[in-house]
Amino acid sequence: MIISLLTSVLSITLRAGTSLVYATVGEIYTERSGILNLGLEGMMLMGAVTAFATAYYSGSVGLGLVVALAVGAMLAAIHAFLTVTMRANQVVSGLSITLFGSGLASFLGQRLGPVSNNYYLVGMVGPKFTPIRIPWLSKIPVLGALFSQDILTYLVYLLVPLAWFYLYKTREGLNLRAVGENPQTADAMGINVTRTRYLYTVFGGMLAGLGGAHLSLAYTPGWTENLTGGRGWIVIALVIFAMWNPARAILGAILFGGINAVQFRIQAAGTTIPAEFLNMLPYLLTILVLIVMTWWEALSKRIGAPAALGNAYMREDK
Amino acid sequence: MRIIFEKRQSISRRAMVLVPVVSFLVSLLLGAILLLISGANPFETYAAMARGTFGSTYNFSETLVKAIPLMLTGLGVSIAFRMRFWNIGAEGQLTLGGVAAAWVALYWAGRVPAFLLLPLAILAGMVAGALWAGVPAFLKAYLGVDETLTTLMLNYVAILFAAHLYYGPWRDPQGYGFPGTAQFDPSVWLPRLVGTRAHLGLIFAIVLALALWFVLNRTRWGFELKIIGENQVAARYLGIGIARNIVLALLLSGALSGLAGACEVTGISRRLQQGLSIGYGYTAIIVAWMAQLNPIAVLFVAILMGALLVGGDQVQMTMGLPASMGLVLQGMILFPMLAGSLFTEYRLRIVRPEKTDPLASETVEAAS
Repeated sequence: MIISLLTSVLSITLRAGTSLVYATVGEIYTERSGILNLGLEGMMLMGAVTAFATAYYSGSVGLGLVVALAVGAMLAAIHAFLTVTMRANQVVSGLSITLFGSGLASFLGQRLGPVSNNYYLVGMVGPKFTPIRIPWLSKIPVLGALFSQDILTYLVYLLVPLAWFYLYKTREGLNLRAVGENPQTADAMGINVTRTRYLYTVFGGMLAGLGGAHLSLAYTPGWTENLTGGRGWIVIALVIFAMWNPARAILGAILFGGINAVQFRIQAAGTTIPAEFLNMLPYLLTILVLIVMTWWEALSKRIGAPAALGNAYMREDK
Repeated sequence: MRIIFEKRQSISRRAMVLVPVVSFLVSLLLGAILLLISGANPFETYAAMARGTFGSTYNFSETLVKAIPLMLTGLGVSIAFRMRFWNIGAEGQLTLGGVAAAWVALYWAGRVPAFLLLPLAILAGMVAGALWAGVPAFLKAYLGVDETLTTLMLNYVAILFAAHLYYGPWRDPQGYGFPGTAQFDPSVWLPRLVGTRAHLGLIFAIVLALALWFVLNRTRWGFELKIIGENQVAARYLGIGIARNIVLALLLSGALSGLAGACEVTGISRRLQQGLSIGYGYTAIIVAWMAQLNPIAVLFVAILMGALLVGGDQVQMTMGLPASMGLVLQGMILFPMLAGSLFTEYRLRIVRPEKTDPLASETVEAAS
């Protein structure tokens, strides 16, 4: 009984956490280059709707992923153009990406569907990623849940160590961190600040699109309005929680995936707590995480935010 | 020869007016491309949108109905944005304002004189909105907690709380399961312009915009807010209380959004129900930024954005296009706007390589 409960909690945690890890790792890279991307919510929504529509018509979930990556990249390229080239305010640019992305995702969701459903995508059933049980390993009590996931979750196991290694152990990772800490010095060292910022903003957008695709193709297959439910925003908080370290991205995802799992179990067990209050938990937890991290930062001086985060770089300004 | 950006001595006034206008036109152009791709005639669509929003007195009044909450939340958001406090919680502040007004309307009736009920409901809405914005303001001012995320997260909490009320304890027992409270007593209905749904909130918005313009541009407090937004270090040297001002400004900001919510429930739905806010609090961000945080400009931009919302509904009814067309157009306005803002602060200059005499370059080479 307790074993099956733990297994199910761990399993839901992993499934719910996957999209968060993708987007968090992506945003860590973007912010490490000095660009704050508040457009994640819009990028995840667009990734989700386009991935589902593509998979629905082509029958290929893989193609859905490719489209989600491309859509995330395009939206991120707009953000990079506005903030890097045009030096627009990063907060407002990110907000407008989110407003535009959620509006367009809603539009597409009512336009890309089949004629029989009045062009609505909502309610359609399409192909989805199914869990792949790894022989032997998936039989282990409780921890077996780690090995009966869909392919995108398995990829997370690879992504996180790779992202950590690249950032801290390679030349390119060092350059990226230099740009986010001090673009003037990085420029003087011969690193192309503009190129670096474009590159990692687009990379972050691709991962956000992928996170969105995991929602519509694996976690809750299908499309509904506002499918992400604020996950794109929670990710911004998770980046702070992870202290801009990709290895710690997994912790935040476990925390928030875990909240989803607990919510789900409490509801399934039958409770007198109104569902709306349970649904508030992730949002209240985000606020709590922010308060704790800010307090911690005040104590230990610095938790790792790139020093140039949010600042446009202009050579002429010296 | 190369192109460089040169910082202007002062912000270009011409660019300040030109950039939003051009941005709107660019957004229509981009929207036309989207319409063409999705198989609709852009000219017909835009004509239908224009007719549906400005075509008749009634249509225009419906545009105003959508514009009123955008004006109030837009004003609220601009105050916060002036201090570079990114309040994206207007949606939640509006929702709680509606909840508080509904609470007074439903549960205070009969306990206070009837003529006091409406003013009290509106006041309650403003207080609730102010407190809801006060929480992230306090966290930011005294603990340094990032406000973008806290204001946004509180939106979800407020919306879920309102849902809990109209699905649960406040649900109308005679409502056949409809998610909403019972209709308010007519003494709490906000007066409407005869024959339309446009309500007194419009007058509130105009008066408040004028008052805010005065406060922000002609009083010491307005000046203090401006300094805090532009240069916190300078503000500190001038002895301006930053934390106190952040909290005060945000209480005001939230009160305006709360007022929007109170006006919505007492003026439009006359009950608390599902769909109290249709994203007004988010569109308010576009309104504030496009109006360049000028309270008077907020009024006009809000009408334009209201028109895009009503226009979206119109093309859904007449042409079967999704109503979110309006949201897409709104979302696209800020891109050219942001790109163009560079030109209000910088100017492009083409630099020709200076004529260097060969001798000088030789010395440089020799030195290196």
